Amino acid sequence: MFDALTEKLQQTFKRMRNKGRLTEADVKEALREVRLALLEADVNFKVVREFLGRVEARAVGQDVLESLTPDQAVIRIVRDELIQLMGSHVERVHMASNPPTVIYMVGLQGAGKTTASAKLARMLRHQGRQPLLVAADIYRPAAIDQLKVLADKIQVPVVTEPSKTPVELAELGKAASRRMAKDVIIIDTAGRLHVDDDLMGELEAMNARIPANEMLLVVDAMTGQDAVRVAEAFKERLPLTGVVMTKLDGDARGGAALSIREVTQLPIKLVGSGEKLEDLEPFNPDRMASRILGMGDILTLIEKA
Amino acid sequence: MAGFFERLRQGMTKTRTGLGDKIRALVGGRQWSDSLYDDLEEILYEADLGAQAVESILDQLRQRVRESRPERAEDVLDLLRQVMVSMLESMPNPYELTGTPAIWLMVGVNGTGKTTTAGKLAERMKRRGHSVILGAADTFRAAAAEQLMEWGRRAGVDVVHQVEGADPAAVAFDTVRAASARKLDLAVIDTAGRLHNKAHLMQELGKIARVVGRECPGAPHQVWLVIDATTGQNGLEQARVFQEAVNVTGIVLTKLDGTAKGGVAFAIHQALNIPIGFVGVGEKLDDLMTFDPEGYVRAILGMEEPH
Ligand SMILES: Nc1nc2c(ncn2[C@@H]2O[C@H](COP(=O)(O)OP(=O)(O)OP(=O)(O)O)[C@@H](O)[C@H]2O)c(=O)[nH]1
Ligand SMILES: Nc1nc2c(ncn2[C@@H]2O[C@H](COP(=O)(O)OP(=O)(O)OP(=O)(O)O)[C@@H](O)[C@H]2O)c(=O)[nH]1
Ligand SMILES: [Mg+2]
Ligand SMILES: [Mg+2]
Repeated sequence: MFDALTEKLQQTFKRMRNKGRLTEADVKEALREVRLALLEADVNFKVVREFLGRVEARAVGQDVLESLTPDQAVIRIVRDELIQLMGSHVERVHMASNPPTVIYMVGLQGAGKTTASAKLARMLRHQGRQPLLVAADIYRPAAIDQLKVLADKIQVPVVTEPSKTPVELAELGKAASRRMAKDVIIIDTAGRLHVDDDLMGELEAMNARIPANEMLLVVDAMTGQDAVRVAEAFKERLPLTGVVMTKLDGDARGGAALSIREVTQLPIKLVGSGEKLEDLEPFNPDRMASRILGMGDILTLIEKA
Repeated sequence: MAGFFERLRQGMTKTRTGLGDKIRALVGGRQWSDSLYDDLEEILYEADLGAQAVESILDQLRQRVRESRPERAEDVLDLLRQVMVSMLESMPNPYELTGTPAIWLMVGVNGTGKTTTAGKLAERMKRRGHSVILGAADTFRAAAAEQLMEWGRRAGVDVVHQVEGADPAAVAFDTVRAASARKLDLAVIDTAGRLHNKAHLMQELGKIARVVGRECPGAPHQVWLVIDATTGQNGLEQARVFQEAVNVTGIVLTKLDGTAKGGVAFAIHQALNIPIGFVGVGEKLDDLMTFDPEGYVRAILGMEEPH
């Protein structure tokens, strides 16, 4: 797939060039293609507006006006801004100086929390940690079975006990970590809507009893405009420390990553790239920027070649 | 149970930044001016309708505004509502059963609500007097069959299943066989979530449909593509590819009890002419409603219920 945005910008600038020298107005006009591309990538409408403001400030400069390839000059600025916004270095999951480290996985229904919990346990084990999983989703049918099956595959123990509340389960997890000499507790929580006051309160209560070192918001890469509202609402009530983006093995552009970053300033720490437990990777801002602009496939192809 | 419109409104009113308030503030008592188009555009984009649908809606709105020259902003909003409703279409009767037994297939990307909706549909159809069986053709995801079996218990419906890792087409086949042998009215077959860009998984889905069709001519009679309301523009590509692989006959739009508006279903309908049959409004057995275009558009636009 060739980069559709570059192509469009090329055409636009070519049309303008035919009239003579490029003007600032031309560049602004061309940025409308960028706007459309970002909206198509599911970047939040308001975030697009602010982002384009910054891009425009740079793009009306001489570099672009005098460039022989103004389309590429614009793309470069857009990409730079995107990368800068999303953080230029790889963020990691922090371990408490005084173990056990407590990690909560939270988010909307079906985002990928349970899968990501097991993936993270696997990753940490490969890094020499001793993780323990807590099955704190007592609502969804077979949620506990699901976590158990996954944990079995990576041979990580799961704390679960019938008719306990999520708060009690978190406590049990902490106690078990002592008993079993585990240094990381990963708590898989039930999916919930950010507007569900009771269930949001439940997470607050869990965190009050067993405070999080990391509280990761798990977000589906296919999420559209609502991502911002969801992330803001979770952040308002909980001490979120980062984001896990899932299902990046799909072909969604993943504009939600940009929106969430801009609005909440939360770092994206990990990405899920498949249903298998090894499909968890550190977040790469550079690659994400390319992906949002529709150049992701090219990068991946180059890497795989 | 509250009406369609009220159920959708619940999620929105729970959030301070709800579109309803915004749009009321926007048009309340004001005169229409063309600058308000930008605000309407924003509202449509924020409902995930996407560039193409937004453009098409606003073009038609401009046309109607030119024709009828409304003065108040409220009147323009009402024109917008009319335009949007006219672009949607509900299924005449999503409960309709064709085929004996009728075979329904639940398909979609990961985590959208296929299994939950299969359970809800089974219960609903049973309550409407039909005999129903469920088939657990997701043999891939951890504890997927256990999840469906719990829904089967809740709905009071048997579930055909095999061990994890079994051939999903074989489970689908068994389900159709069981439905025929027991002379049941309907079999609802759950399938594993799959991303549409994975060709081998889409082929697997095609195979399930073919196997079902060989056993029961005309089957699957309904293929429900389950779309999560929080999905952005990728939903369009999902629908396109699933449509190609298994001839999707209707959409179920889930998780409309949140703040997401599911506008991509509107875009899908625009682009591919796939109607929306049901919407999911929660995690309980009863949280399923037939789609009502009027109520849906009013909810997107934050309008009041008609009296
Ligand atoms: N392709 C792909 N699928 C994923 C990824 N992460 C999770 N999934 C799938 O997405 C679906 C939902 O994942 P879960 O881990 O059950 O999600 P959850 O957030 O725990 O869901 P609830 O507990 O119901 O809220 C499953 O089918 C997973 O296999 C990923 O990175 N890529
Ligand atoms: N709030 C809300 N949650 C829903 C709705 N429908 C399903 N869910 C939840 O979404 C999550 C995923 O639902 P599933 O039915 O497991 O989705 P699925 O498509 O079968 O997932 P995979 O088989 O893993 O691809 C579960 O936590 C459900 O309880 C709905 O209408 N509203
Ligand atoms: Mg889960
Ligand atoms: Mg399922």
